[in-house]
Amino acid sequence: MVELVTDYLEGALTPPDRARFEAHIAGCAHCRAYLEQMRMTLQVAGHIEPDELDPDTERGLLDAFKDWKAGGA
Amino acid sequence: MPSTPAADDQSLVERAQAGDEEAYAILVRRYSPALMRLARMYVPTAALAEDVVQETWVAVLRGLERFEGRSSFKTWLFRILVNRAKTRGVREHRSIPFASLGRGGDAGEDGDDGPTVDPERFGRDGAWTSAPRSWEDDPEEALNSKEARRIVLEAIDTLPDRQKVVITMRDLDGLSSEEVRNALDLSETNQRVLLHRARAKVRTALEDWIDQ
Repeated sequence: MVELVTDYLEGALTPPDRARFEAHIAGCAHCRAYLEQMRMTLQVAGHIEPDELDPDTERGLLDAFKDWKAGGA
Repeated sequence: MPSTPAADDQSLVERAQAGDEEAYAILVRRYSPALMRLARMYVPTAALAEDVVQETWVAVLRGLERFEGRSSFKTWLFRILVNRAKTRGVREHRSIPFASLGRGGDAGEDGDDGPTVDPERFGRDGAWTSAPRSWEDDPEEALNSKEARRIVLEAIDTLPDRQKVVITMRDLDGLSSEEVRNALDLSETNQRVLLHRARAKVRTALEDWIDQ
């Protein structure tokens, strides 16, 4: 089951395999805990924001648009 | 990705195409931090990553008038970034061998195709002997802490390069499987295998930290 968890979460299991997976999970608290841990891992990952952009860098990126608009880029 | 509850990419792109600077600025602010983080995985310094991001937006401007939205803007943007970053990474002698992808469906090239959970944790019948604990009861809200995010980032940092890029795009930047496959030229299976191995290692790192 642990090697199928990503296929399951990605919706990549065939309907019969998915049914078997869910039947197993329903009866196995340990595997349920594993799946739940995986879901919570994804939740933590989803809350990791990248560092903010340096204002000078941002200004540089935006200035390029003015050049483009002026026909320079 | 910052959750600006604002306009969708496609309408911003159309406004930018018509010369709307504010629309372009929203796109730049929305994506550049993630682009920078991703670029950093291909090149050895932050300054080079910044160059790559700059080149990416210049390429976006060059192609903007012709961009018709057949693929999502996000796919297009990340694809440009990855290609630029790879070129730069090669020049700086630090390339990710994405070119070697496509031979077989697993991630064996990383010397990494064993089980994702320690086999010692299962008995001979395949049942758990050292079972994972439930994290639902997380009274100290450990998983909501900055420390938990640091553990995850640290774990990602130790992954093989391709796993690192895939999990970052999928789970940190929130790209769909299709967007990642198109940006990286990966098969569906390959993307999923890389993601699976990456996620399993990150989960293990969190588990080790929580159970310590």
